[in-house]
Amino acid sequence: MKISVSVGRAPSWWLLGPGLVWMGLLFVVPLCLMFVISFAGRGTYGGIVWSFSLTNYLDLLHPLYARILGQSILLAAGTTLLCLTMGFPLAYYIARAAPRRQGIWLLLVMIPFWTNFLVRTYAWMFILRTEGLLNTVLLKLGVISSPSELLYSNTAVMIGLVYGYLPFMVLPLYVALERVDRTLVEAAWDLYATRWTVFRRIILPLAKPGVAAGCLLVFIPSLGAFLTPDLLGGARSMMIGNLIQHEFLVARDWPLGAAISCLLMLCVVGMMRWSLRAAKPLVPPESES
Amino acid sequence: MRGKEMIFSLGLVLLLLCGSQACQRTSGDEDQKTLHYFTWSDYVGPELLAEFERRHGVKVVVDTFSSNEELLAKLQGGATGYDVTVPSDFMAAIMIQQGLVAELNPALLPNAATLEDHLQHLPFDPTQRYAVPYLWGTVGIGYDSAVISTPPDSWAVLWDSRYAGKISMLNDQREVFGAVLRSMGASMNTKDPALIEQAKTRLLAQKPLVKAYASDHYDQLLASGDVVLAHGWGGPVARAMRERPSIRYVVPKEGGTIWADCLVVLQSSPRKELAMQFINYLLEPQVAARTAERLLFASANKAARPFVPAPILENPAIYPPMELLPRLEWMTDVGETLRIYDRAWTELKMQ
Repeated sequence: MKISVSVGRAPSWWLLGPGLVWMGLLFVVPLCLMFVISFAGRGTYGGIVWSFSLTNYLDLLHPLYARILGQSILLAAGTTLLCLTMGFPLAYYIARAAPRRQGIWLLLVMIPFWTNFLVRTYAWMFILRTEGLLNTVLLKLGVISSPSELLYSNTAVMIGLVYGYLPFMVLPLYVALERVDRTLVEAAWDLYATRWTVFRRIILPLAKPGVAAGCLLVFIPSLGAFLTPDLLGGARSMMIGNLIQHEFLVARDWPLGAAISCLLMLCVVGMMRWSLRAAKPLVPPESES
Repeated sequence: MRGKEMIFSLGLVLLLLCGSQACQRTSGDEDQKTLHYFTWSDYVGPELLAEFERRHGVKVVVDTFSSNEELLAKLQGGATGYDVTVPSDFMAAIMIQQGLVAELNPALLPNAATLEDHLQHLPFDPTQRYAVPYLWGTVGIGYDSAVISTPPDSWAVLWDSRYAGKISMLNDQREVFGAVLRSMGASMNTKDPALIEQAKTRLLAQKPLVKAYASDHYDQLLASGDVVLAHGWGGPVARAMRERPSIRYVVPKEGGTIWADCLVVLQSSPRKELAMQFINYLLEPQVAARTAERLLFASANKAARPFVPAPILENPAIYPPMELLPRLEWMTDVGETLRIYDRAWTELKMQ
C-alpha cells in the first residue's frame, strides 16, 4: 500500500490543546448541562425548575414517542440505504478514474455545499410542488396526465434527505475504495473469480470501513433532521428532530426536550458501537504494516 | 496522493462550514448613542431607521429573532444589551410577569395616546405601564375565490372534502387548536382536557385533507395555487393577493385570534429614555402608516389611518373590520395545560 508511516519521536502533547479545550468547553459542558436539565422540571413560563425527578423520562414511555423514534429510524435507515446504493457505484467509478479526473469528480460531488442547505431545500420545494418544475416537464412530455402530488409526503422528505446527505456517503467510500489494492482484484480475476465474487469477496470487505463511516455520517444527521421534514414533508408528520425542536423552541419545555435528546443520543451511541464492530475489515490488513 | 488528500480535507472543511450555521450577534459599542433594537426579521424599513438616526444623532443596531419563544429564550439566557424589543401579546404578558420589561414614562410617549380603542388597557397590561401595541391583526382563512365561489363564513370549510389536499394549516399548535376550539364554540384558551381531546379528534379527521402545516410559506402556497384554503395570519394572505388577485380573506363567524405585537423597553437597557423616544417615533402617524404599508399589518395607532393608502385600509386581511372585534379572542398562556396541547399536537402529527 502507498501509505507512509512516520517514524520518529512522539508528537508533543500540546498539539492536543486547542482541540481539547474547544471540545471540552463547547461540547462536553453543554452535554452535561443537558443531561442535568433532563431531570429538572418545567417552570410555568418555560424556565427550568431545579428539582430532581424522573417525570420527563417516564413521560417518554408513552407509546407515542416510541412510534416517533421508530418512524425516524426507519426513514433514516431508508435514506442511508438509498445513499449507499447510489453512492457506492459512484464512489467506485471516481476511485477508478484517472487521478486528474478524480479531483474534478469530487469537486462536482461537493458543489451543492456552496449554497446554504435551507436555500437548496426551498429549491426542492419549487421543483416538487404541484405547479413546479418536475410536474411541468413531465406533463409537457406526456409522461403523466395529471400533476403528481409529490411535495409534502414522506417520499419528498426522503428525496430531500438523500439529496442532502449523498456526498457524506460518497466521500468516505471514495477514500476506502481508492485504497483498495488493484493487484488484489487482478489476482482474483486471474483465479477466475466472477464479477460478483470479486465484488463480494474482495472489494466489499476492503471497503467496509468506508461503508461504515459513510452510513454513520448519513444515518446520524438524517435521524436528527428537522428542516427537511418541515419543509418538504409539510410538517404533516414528526421526526424525532422535529419533536426536540418543538419542545425547545415552541413548547418551551427544555427538560422534556433534553430528555428526548439524551434518549436519541443513547440510541445513536448504541448503533455506533454496533456498526464499528461491523466495520472491522474481514481481511487482516497485513499489507499496511 | 497528496493532492487527493488536500481535496478531501478541503471538502471536509466545506462540509463543516455548511453544517454550522453560526449565529452572529453584532457587538456594537456600549455607547449611549447606540440603540439596540431586537425585532422580527424585516420588521422595520431601513429608511425609517435612518430618519430616526438623523433626528437624534444616534445609531440604531437591529438584531432579529424568528419566534417569540426564541426571544424569550435569549432574554432568559441572559442576553443583555438590547433596549427595545417587540414580543407578541401573550409573550409580552410572560415577559412582564418575569420582570424583564421596564416601566414606561407616558410623558415620553405622546404618540401612544392615540392607540386604537380596543388596543388600550389590554388584559395583560391593564394600566398600560409596560407595553405599547405596535402592529395588530387577526388569524383567519385565506381562500381562492376563483375556486371557492361561495365565500366561506365558517371554520367548517376547512373540513370540506371537496378541497382535499388543497388546505394548509398553520404549523402552530395553539393557533390550530384555537381555530377548532372556536368552531366548537369553546374558548381557544380552554384548560379543559376533554375539550382538547375533542378538538384533537376533529383535527385527526381533518388531517387527510391537509396538504401541509405551514407557518412561513403559506402565502406562496396560496399564490401558486398549491392550496385554495389557508389558515393563517392576514398579512401573508394580503401578500398572496398581490400575486393572485382572486385570493380573499375571512375571519369565520365563530371568531378567531386577535394579536398585537407590542413594543417594550427591556429592564436591562441602559438607555431607557432613548428607547422610549424610539418607541414614540415608531408610533408617529406617518412612520406607522409607512410600516403598515410595508409589512401589510395594521398599525396600532389610530392616528396613522389617514396616512394609510385606501386599498390597504380597506383590505380586511390587513385592517380587520371593526365589526369583527366582538368575535375575536386574545391568546393567553395556558400554563401546565400546555403539555396536554403538546401531547395532542404530537399525536396529530404522528397519525
